[in-house]
Amino acid sequence: MSVAPARSMMIEPSSRPRWLLLGLALALAALCVVAIGVGALSLSFEQVVAALGEPLGLPRPADLTDLHVNVVWGLRAPRVILAALVGGGLAVAGALMQGVFRNPLAEPTLVGVSGGAALGAAIIIVLGGLLWPEGLGAASQWITAGAAFAGGAATVALVVALAGGTSAHTLLLSGIALQVIAGAGVGALTFIADDEALRSLTFWMLGSVGSATWPAVAVAAALMAPALILAFSLSRPLDALTLGERQAHHLGVPVRQIWRRAVVAVALLVGAAVALCGVIGFLGLVVPHLVRLLIGPSHRDLLRASALLGAVILVGADLAARTLAAPAEIPVGVITTLIGGPFFLGLLVQARRRVSP
Amino acid sequence: MISARNVTLRRGRRVILEGVDLDVPLGQVTALIGPNGAGKSTLLAALAGDLAPASGQITIDDTPIGRWSPRALARRRAVMPQHTELAFDLPARDVVALGRLPFDPEPRDQRAAVVAEALAAVDGEALGRRPFSALSGGEQQRVALARALAQIGRAGPEAPRHLLLDEPTASLDLLHQHRLISTARRVARQGVGVLVILHDLQLAARCADQIALVGGGGVQSGAPSAVLTAPRLSALYGLPLRVIHHPESSVPLVTFTEPT
Repeated sequence: MSVAPARSMMIEPSSRPRWLLLGLALALAALCVVAIGVGALSLSFEQVVAALGEPLGLPRPADLTDLHVNVVWGLRAPRVILAALVGGGLAVAGALMQGVFRNPLAEPTLVGVSGGAALGAAIIIVLGGLLWPEGLGAASQWITAGAAFAGGAATVALVVALAGGTSAHTLLLSGIALQVIAGAGVGALTFIADDEALRSLTFWMLGSVGSATWPAVAVAAALMAPALILAFSLSRPLDALTLGERQAHHLGVPVRQIWRRAVVAVALLVGAAVALCGVIGFLGLVVPHLVRLLIGPSHRDLLRASALLGAVILVGADLAARTLAAPAEIPVGVITTLIGGPFFLGLLVQARRRVSP
Repeated sequence: MISARNVTLRRGRRVILEGVDLDVPLGQVTALIGPNGAGKSTLLAALAGDLAPASGQITIDDTPIGRWSPRALARRRAVMPQHTELAFDLPARDVVALGRLPFDPEPRDQRAAVVAEALAAVDGEALGRRPFSALSGGEQQRVALARALAQIGRAGPEAPRHLLLDEPTASLDLLHQHRLISTARRVARQGVGVLVILHDLQLAARCADQIALVGGGGVQSGAPSAVLTAPRLSALYGLPLRVIHHPESSVPLVTFTEPT
């Protein structure tokens, strides 16, 4: 399949998707500036813009100190950018899974990637002390992230090998089974973990963008950019899959190949997200839903708007996570799940009403 | 032309049809008739490339069907299935526009024109903006037909096309059944090979150049007047039937021998 320039299937495209995309892009930019300004050291909107613009040769206003610039560039900008990347990536992964499985309740955990990643990370966090008794120091974060990514990728490879050639149902069931097995592995590790390992494992399972650094941003971007390009190239085949596997085949879509590509994209997006930020729940489920309610299910706009809305939500949730209980930080996964959980229940109630009016 | 030569079809271990020889020639309408469970949809699925034959060979334009890439195959044949169920609720017009997917990328105006023509052919201009799930069964069937017609596009000698319709009249009222038959005839006149599964023998007799009887594990085909005979039909359906001739046309009429 050639990667044709994506174009909407709509004959008379409503202007709504375009306005939504523009609105979300502006909202994301504004929210990023706000999020960079808010914190223990508070900066005004103008100060943030000036600090961000300084490397571009903007003159430094009188009230902007080196400390301000260091906080912006050293701490908050990488954190905000990582939150945007991870939020967008998780939302796109959710939209892909829902399209592939033709089910609005599908989410990235269904192919086992997050469970496998959690198991990889848990192995290092809990058993790391045995493997490297003298400690890992600065490298430990990267080894954990690498193990998480490897765990996620290995699980997805296993799911595809087990079920990739058969049906979406088998793919789904294999993913769920492996997710459960990985969960049991994490449970066993939790049981044998010492107090310190337990603390960092728990914190990791709740998700956080707090450890963001520029190298982490670079790694996330390097893994997610190709995955996003791959995801956007699948938009029209995913539209065809809306009609079912057989009709998609009638329309010339190589269905199995599309599944594999989607799963690879999801593995990269979620693997990178979980490796760097831990487990952040429900974004992948909720965001595509919201977008579909606003502009309909056509995948080209759905994927792009999901990326932007996911970014907006995670940047916002992270802002809430570090300000609501300041100076303490609430794990961001708790915030997203607190929003996502009730939303999910609302969907279920709505779906039940539709079935039995 | 789609051709089946000595084809055996299985679903699981069960042999559905054996020793099938059938041609779907360009420029003609071929009707598949037969009782429930005889294997009409299975045969159509095999001719569409969905189901590989257990033995024998199916070719499209002299190339074995398994050697076509999905996209190249989609440019040669369109299929209208019995049911269309959407996972996400697209507007009817977007469903029809998906018929142009195999020809992507194509100029926007051209696609819009083909989609509009296809919707007009099923009397569906007014349905375009409505969500697919909000349509009635018959309206959904018309939209599904329009999707297949959009995929056929403007057929010509340089682009041989085939249109396979699986019980397209099942939910249609008389007017739209009649329209469907005229559409099938018109498309065939443009050089498209049309295969259609029908239960109404009158419709089949009126529109088909060739009728294939599917039953008893095999297929017999021929001109309507040769195939639609009382002994054959009675044996096929296990019901005493009579064939009489319409006073004003050459079309055979099939009727029950006695009221039941």
